[in-house]
Amino acid sequence: MSSRTLPLLFINLGGEMLYILDQRLRAQNIPADKAKKVMNDIITTMFHKKFLEELFKPQELYSKKTLRTVFDRLAHASIMRLNQASMDKLYDLMTMAFKYQVLLCPRPKDLLLVSFNHMDAIKDFARESPSILAQVDETYQQLIEMYTPLSSGDFQLIRQTLLIFFQDMHIRVSIFLKDKVQNSNGRFVLPTTGPVPHGTQVPGLIRIFSCTGEELTRLQFNNGGNYTGALREGSFDLCGERITKLGTNMYSVSRPVETHMSGTSKNSAQHKKVNSAPNPLAKEELNLLAMLMGGLEVDKPGNTDSGFRVNLFATDEEEEEALLSRPDELSYGIINIQATQDQQTNAELAKIMGEFPQGEDHPSSASSKGDDLLAMMDGL
Amino acid sequence: MYHKEKSLQIKNSASALYNNLGVLRIAPKQLTYFTVVHANVVNMVSASWDGLNYSHRQLQSKEPNVATSTSLIMQAAFCALPSRDLLVVTSQKGIQIYESDGSIMVYWHALETPETPTETAVFARGISAVWENYICVGVSSGAILVFDIPSKGTPILNNTNCNLCLWKSGEEFQVLNKIPGFDMSCSSVKLWKGTVVAGYGSGQIRLYEAVTGILHAEVNAHARWIYSLDIAPFSGLLLSAAEDSLVRVWHLSMTPETNTVEVAHLHNECVTDTQICGAKFCDGDGYAFAVTGYDLSEIIRYVQP
Repeated sequence: MSSRTLPLLFINLGGEMLYILDQRLRAQNIPADKAKKVMNDIITTMFHKKFLEELFKPQELYSKKTLRTVFDRLAHASIMRLNQASMDKLYDLMTMAFKYQVLLCPRPKDLLLVSFNHMDAIKDFARESPSILAQVDETYQQLIEMYTPLSSGDFQLIRQTLLIFFQDMHIRVSIFLKDKVQNSNGRFVLPTTGPVPHGTQVPGLIRIFSCTGEELTRLQFNNGGNYTGALREGSFDLCGERITKLGTNMYSVSRPVETHMSGTSKNSAQHKKVNSAPNPLAKEELNLLAMLMGGLEVDKPGNTDSGFRVNLFATDEEEEEALLSRPDELSYGIINIQATQDQQTNAELAKIMGEFPQGEDHPSSASSKGDDLLAMMDGL
Repeated sequence: MYHKEKSLQIKNSASALYNNLGVLRIAPKQLTYFTVVHANVVNMVSASWDGLNYSHRQLQSKEPNVATSTSLIMQAAFCALPSRDLLVVTSQKGIQIYESDGSIMVYWHALETPETPTETAVFARGISAVWENYICVGVSSGAILVFDIPSKGTPILNNTNCNLCLWKSGEEFQVLNKIPGFDMSCSSVKLWKGTVVAGYGSGQIRLYEAVTGILHAEVNAHARWIYSLDIAPFSGLLLSAAEDSLVRVWHLSMTPETNTVEVAHLHNECVTDTQICGAKFCDGDGYAFAVTGYDLSEIIRYVQP
């Protein structure tokens, strides 16, 4: 499928993550300076130059496990800590929100407008920090350069690739249930009303032509819905009105984030089988992680005074309960170092996770992509 | 005009791919085969006409020499030729041809894929049986691969041709006409009685005269991207399905004296909260049709009372 999907997946999921964390930081009354630091640290890591370079290369989508690991690292790029249950919930919310946005995009190209909505919000989060703003602007440029020339067919392929990634995910999200955009079985509501996409006509007209090209007849038919004409097109520039609300921040302090674990699809177990790859970390995926580590120049949580924990649940008891009762088929299978069989992968992963002290010799095998990167990392 | 019948359950949900439903009627065995693609697996259901027996099979996209790679399937379609029926499965890596019950793979053609991924996707999609013994498959580069299908034994790759819209097939393929695009993706094409019926991402259906390219009719048919078209050849019924949750049934009729084609709208079915990705008639008269949708683990069937 499309080799240009990963940047959109990453940026939109990252955007949703920031919306949720922002809401939780405020709901838990974390001091403003600490909250600001967390948000800035995450944004600056997300848009680190080397990381973006790696992200924007044409490539297949990462496995679910790897992507989840990348976001685990991103969420911990600062002084904030999240327990496993909270991280699981955060990731559930991020993925269901973006699945909703991809599904409801009126036309495939609107996926880019959704991405710009996230980018606009990120820019606003970073507004007091000129260096981070510069990184954000650079990312806008890369998005515009890569995506604005694409055809509608190209965008539909990207969208289909994303839909395969999100297939069979039906986690119920409180805020979606309340707004009636999701049914109690976890499936999203697809309305047959409202404006048609830009470039589409309201269904209902049949035109018959003669062989010389003149219109002979017009017929109307009942379209079975209640559609209105298309709205004007959103802006694909650095700034501008995006028109679509998809991708804007739907959380606020008064609308808490909740998920329900029950009512999952019975196909989820089957789906997990389809997605498990024999090599949990292929060389390409290793690159991205390595670049991400390279961008972590922020204070490590050695100083326990500045570090703090954020809870995605209302109480600590709820968080613990959620961890214990999470159904097996919904576990993200975080890459467990001890469980990995492949020795080489094990060693590389362990290094990335910082378990080996700096400067340790690593095996001098034949030069390969992974080894070059590790050498680069040692030099950071 | 139609009412809903008992759905067929499938092992996995359908992926959001164009024309994601294959139907083959086997009259001698009183069976119908259905195929639905889920990521890198083709789910096959064989249903007996009396509704009593069902059997399931799954085909995985596996290349003969590469044990560990997985490849997403773009399309699975039945090709019914006079001499034999085959199942063609296209993916990012190549094209596999099976016996129609999915039991044996009779041919494998690998696409040339570059070492590192390139900006443009490489895949095969668009499967069609042509005339007596050809199967044609489109490739993302714009080329069309043509396979000679002998009545028994292994298919042979005939030749590759580029960027053609309409061919007359006989001893050789010749270009007859090119129908210009209009900056909108065409996701589904059907040919019937010299008329090309095309479904577009804009939700429009257009009918062109095949040989001359004249536009016969234009229908503002759907509010979202059209994913599937099918024609029941004996009755001239047209089935269209889109992301907007709607399946529509139309009737096509030709008036040779004036060289016009009429399109009449007959029926709507709404599959609530579902983006439809496959819709096919189950028989040549259009007496029944079947539908698949993204994230749906069933094949929904409709039949005339």
